[in-house]
Amino acid sequence: MAECHPVGFQWVGEAKARGAKVVHIDPRFTRTSALADLHVPLRIGTDIAFLGGLIKYVLDNELYFKEYVVAYTNAAALVGEEFVDAEDLDGLFSGFDPENRTYDEASWQYEPEEPPHTNGDDPAKAAEQERSEQHPDVKRSDRAQAAGSGGPPIPAKPKRDETLQHPRTVFQVLKRHFARYTPEMVAEVCGIEPEVFLQVARWVTENSGRDRTTAWVYSVGWTQHSVGAQYIRTASILQTLLGNIGRPGGGIMALRGHASIQGSTDVPTLFNLLPGYLPMPHVLQHDTLEDYVADAAGKAGFWGNKRAYTVSLLKAWFGDAATAENDFCFDHLPKISGDHSSYQTIAAMIRGEVSGYFLVGENPAVGHPNSRMNRFGLANLDWLVVRDLQMIESATFWKEAPEIETGELAPESIATEVFFVPAASHAEKEGTFTQTQRVLQWRHKAVDPPGEARSDLWFYYHLGRILRERLKDSTDPRDRPLLDLTWDYPTHGPEAEPSAEAVLREINGTGPDGRALSSYLQMQDDGSTAGGCWIYCGVYADEVNQAARRKPGREQGQVASEWGWAWPLNRRVLYNRASADPSGKPWSERKKYVWWDEEAGRWTGLDVPDFEAQKRPDYVPPEGARAQDAIAGIDPFVMQGDGKAWLFAPAGLVDGPLPAHYEPAESVVENGFYKQQANPTLEMIDGPWNRANPTRSEVYPFAVTTYRLTEHHTAGGMSRTLPYLAELQPEFFVEVSPELAELRGLTNGEFATLVSARTAIEAKVLVTERVRPIRLRDGRVVHQIGMPYHWAYAGISTGDSANDLLGIVLDANTHIQESKVSTCDIVPGPRPRGPELLEFVESYRRRAGVASGKVGLNGRDPVEAVAGEGSTAS
Amino acid sequence: MTSISSASPAFTGRDPENRLFGPLPDVQGEAGYDADHPARVGFFTDTSVCIGCKACEVACKEWNLLPMDDAHGTRDVIGLTGMSYDNTGQLGANSWRHVAFIEQSRTVDLPMPAVGLPGADRPANVLNTEALTEFDPQAATSGADKQIRWLMSSDVCKHCTHAGCLDVCPTGALFRTEFGTVVVQQDICNGCGYCVPSCPYGVIDQRKDDGRVFKCTLCYDRLTDGLQPACATACPTQSIQFGNLDELQARADARLATLQAQGVEGARLYGRDENDGVGGNGAFFLLLDEPEVYGLPPDPVVTTRDLPAMWRAAAKGAAMIVGVALSAVLGSRRKR
Amino acid sequence: MKTWLDSWPVFRQLTGPDPLGRGRAARSRATENVVSRTATADRVVQSVCPYCAVGCGQRIFVKDEQIIQIEGDPDSPISRGRLCPKGSASKQLVTSPTRVTTVKYRRPYGTEWEDLDLDTAMEMIADRVLDARRKGWQDEHEGRRVNRTMGIASLGGATLDNEENYLMKKLYSAMGAIQIENQARI
Repeated sequence: MAECHPVGFQWVGEAKARGAKVVHIDPRFTRTSALADLHVPLRIGTDIAFLGGLIKYVLDNELYFKEYVVAYTNAAALVGEEFVDAEDLDGLFSGFDPENRTYDEASWQYEPEEPPHTNGDDPAKAAEQERSEQHPDVKRSDRAQAAGSGGPPIPAKPKRDETLQHPRTVFQVLKRHFARYTPEMVAEVCGIEPEVFLQVARWVTENSGRDRTTAWVYSVGWTQHSVGAQYIRTASILQTLLGNIGRPGGGIMALRGHASIQGSTDVPTLFNLLPGYLPMPHVLQHDTLEDYVADAAGKAGFWGNKRAYTVSLLKAWFGDAATAENDFCFDHLPKISGDHSSYQTIAAMIRGEVSGYFLVGENPAVGHPNSRMNRFGLANLDWLVVRDLQMIESATFWKEAPEIETGELAPESIATEVFFVPAASHAEKEGTFTQTQRVLQWRHKAVDPPGEARSDLWFYYHLGRILRERLKDSTDPRDRPLLDLTWDYPTHGPEAEPSAEAVLREINGTGPDGRALSSYLQMQDDGSTAGGCWIYCGVYADEVNQAARRKPGREQGQVASEWGWAWPLNRRVLYNRASADPSGKPWSERKKYVWWDEEAGRWTGLDVPDFEAQKRPDYVPPEGARAQDAIAGIDPFVMQGDGKAWLFAPAGLVDGPLPAHYEPAESVVENGFYKQQANPTLEMIDGPWNRANPTRSEVYPFAVTTYRLTEHHTAGGMSRTLPYLAELQPEFFVEVSPELAELRGLTNGEFATLVSARTAIEAKVLVTERVRPIRLRDGRVVHQIGMPYHWAYAGISTGDSANDLLGIVLDANTHIQESKVSTCDIVPGPRPRGPELLEFVESYRRRAGVASGKVGLNGRDPVEAVAGEGSTAS
Repeated sequence: MTSISSASPAFTGRDPENRLFGPLPDVQGEAGYDADHPARVGFFTDTSVCIGCKACEVACKEWNLLPMDDAHGTRDVIGLTGMSYDNTGQLGANSWRHVAFIEQSRTVDLPMPAVGLPGADRPANVLNTEALTEFDPQAATSGADKQIRWLMSSDVCKHCTHAGCLDVCPTGALFRTEFGTVVVQQDICNGCGYCVPSCPYGVIDQRKDDGRVFKCTLCYDRLTDGLQPACATACPTQSIQFGNLDELQARADARLATLQAQGVEGARLYGRDENDGVGGNGAFFLLLDEPEVYGLPPDPVVTTRDLPAMWRAAAKGAAMIVGVALSAVLGSRRKR
Repeated sequence: MKTWLDSWPVFRQLTGPDPLGRGRAARSRATENVVSRTATADRVVQSVCPYCAVGCGQRIFVKDEQIIQIEGDPDSPISRGRLCPKGSASKQLVTSPTRVTTVKYRRPYGTEWEDLDLDTAMEMIADRVLDARRKGWQDEHEGRRVNRTMGIASLGGATLDNEENYLMKKLYSAMGAIQIENQARI
């Protein structure tokens, strides 16, 4: 956190000064470790083992927050008899289909109440929907995330045992599942002493409960594992057991790495989502609007209003053209049919299946793992539009990529037409960023952008305008969506800049009177309201840009509610009803945050209550209640289909209802927990440009991890180009231990070459005791290499790209790559140049028994490329 | 040069107003400012909370529009130093803040605590020394443990009470401001370079292409507008604190006491002592180890401290035809 | 005469309270006229740092329509006026001399960049979008209606504004493009 979010770290420093314990769990000793009370240097890729050990410690020593757990979680729910845990299947859960490498979640379901209790309009439909979600093509298209934070529907309410004693309660399932996560096992797998683990366990549990809370902070490196989603699940289980969710000083904080990366998921440019975590319609599920919203029938909580959110979105997009008669233009939306995520698209590009690509402030030729493969993708397009501030590598690959030197690419063979269209910087346009705590902050414009630089708002508005102009006489039904689009934003200035405030207001939504809505609860499913992103509804309440609020922090309380605006409805801590006990009283005076005021008949507190203001704590939903009305007064988790926090996930995750430790896809160690070595569902992309290092290979004997440095930003386009940052970390380097340096003859300050089945790169060596080898119980030593990933050939500070070394293997829940763990070899000296490099890497592959990685023209498959077609241009 | 006389009380070293060493309660008054001058300001750099982010280096360069170090924006000249995360190297004409990174390790015998013993916690510790002494993962497997510490410290011009650079400057380019800081006036500096060897810390430096000398101004221009210096404004963890010197000194004393109570044995203040060889610093530090570890001189002495003695000796020599050797001997005797 | 003499440091040194010429007597004309750059700004604009997701407040100082300084916004309850090295360098991000501010075009199989004006580029891109959309169009996928094009893909950085992301998703969806991705998945 000190390393990548230095300004956020001021709050950790402040907490520490007030007595908080700061534990840093990281394979490397970083700038954060330097300031922590305790650094836990666990082996790369073993976080589930560590966290699982903590869960076992909490359960064994009965240190969980019992009242919280019984009332607010699904601990008391009974899991069906068919469920078989990884404990009994050596690392697999029941329902695994080895052919498709997917799970059927049917056996993970709760045991339903008898008679089955339903609270929806059409439970049969919802259940049918649930069954269709088991289709591999649907799973592949990211159902887990598409279900939003509400999770998939639960067709029936579970049987419960409030004593938690029934062997099939979630609580007991949890106990059995984590039984083997002993301190000794943790120590062995993570490579740390049991005492280290126990110290953390003591600190965490001593600082949780009624009077105290513990916060977990991860930077999104946690997501960059083949078990990334389950990393976060494990932390969630721990925090839920300890009663640390929805309470001040608790929670799990994702420290995200880009100014509006939270916003980019909320208002997503993601293939599987529409704004507000509504799923993209899927070909197998969503022929009609009715199909699309059917799952909401099975949901309590605010997801129960999915139809209102969807219809409002369609009205915002298609305006008067969207009517009840035409399903509000639902059919205007294209449908997905599988995984269309970034890396699959790159593979499709290499196959020549994609004509045009827009890169808008993104530099995959450096920033994405297996950058070489990404560059091959770019070389097989018909056209590419790059919008950026600087001439980044993704725009110049056709003449400067490393593959030019090896002969794999040549300008004369690359048909890709490239448009570099300069972009405006953050100071040259107005609009909102959503920061990592969901706070939208409006940026005012300082100056006009220089020359032909324009905002992306300008670019897309005018592109849309031109397209609509071109098609205005078209009668082709395919063009209807573009022509029906509401696209009449007011513009200003000589460059006709569209009004960002008008767009924000559309995102917020408007009511039948044309006025801005103030809450998503006002959204209707009959077409009388419009709104582009339901969770952002309220950001323009009272016709005021709430994100532009700037009441100085020193003039506000600790929650600072009048600075910017947080979704939903300006709530700063999610699920904060859990900060009060079931009867609505604060768990303790010290940790009071939101509580029920009996006299006033409403919830009140330091924050906006994340609960219906006037719903009494003793409210019990009547039979047949739906959406938020089906959430009881004691259910804080209002976005969940049952209002409870899920210790066990009966649906929604493609790789198991509980987290299990698997070794990374590329590991030098055998899984000590189960026979199952790696995540059974991991997603791979095959091709000569993406060969995998075999597990426990002698040829690629070292573990390697990637990370950022304080002085640079991601792929470097915004930092390697700036003199003041470039000089602070002037070239690519890797960090190795003195032991590894000795083993391989590496010299501090000299070059070393790192090799994987993808390619070889060179880097300066920094020998440091901050990187430490791990000695396993059997005496073997795991050497770990640290590799910051900011570099490439352009800019002032330069070097090879760390990401060239990595392969692409994905967490099937999220399609995020495992870029935090890989394997490689390291040898002294610079890498070979030109064609010799290819032979060098190929010789490693041969030794490791890996198929050839040689590619044809422009990176095409050698067989296809023989046909001589380097591009789809035709 | 103005004519000066060795008879001037200013050069006796005992004059209560114009001393060249020793404590000086009012540096600005000493430099001719009226009694209502602003309070003396400075930096307290608390290295125990420095995260080595180098925001100070960048904020300084942005505000003062400094060029890149030597490289002039070209990629060939910059390069990895191989010294931990320090690629700035030292303070210089173009780097008025410099963050030093010191990696330390030592092998220690580990008394391993009993497993799961509750209440065994040691007092809170600013570093992870507790972690390292008690819980190093390598300990049991390697038999002996390594303690690792990563010290970070943002160095800067000390704005000495007795500033050698200022005292030797023949042109009046270096001057004492009304805030008690020491600043080079770029419209006066002629690049003679006398000040460079006169700094006991090696701070002041000539810009090669320009000849003039440059160093931290403590953002004199910002101070005149009631702003803080750029580095202290940016510093994410308040490792760099700006303020009135007496308040900073009190804060530093309290911080040191806290750390010492927590058992951080290496903690000490540097440049805080008015009786040191430079009369105390306007920019002083809380360090966690010996000054040398951070590249700081352990016992800096203002180079002009012996000036009066030398003048006196020279005068005697002129009168008594005694060689320069004698004055040197005398001077060196007085050094301790 | 007095004024003229006063401007002579030696006179001040010999006549004033600073006989050593180390302080008041040594003040130069530039020193007497020193002014903080931000004090002369025409306006100050509240903004947000474009690097990580902490969301530190920035104050951007503008003079003569040029950015003269960017520093932390002390009003922000998130950052309290502080910035990291990247945030502190963000003026350089905006004013960088290597920033590319005109359209550059590389034709198929070309070996060099060419210049192109923005309007022409926009028209050419629109042509290509329509063409790619048509080439990659699918009415159906395995017999079921999908109404989409596989010819166009997009990848956005996560420094896009919400408003920009919104227009992108809206326009792409209406085009039928589905391979729309963002750094948020990387």
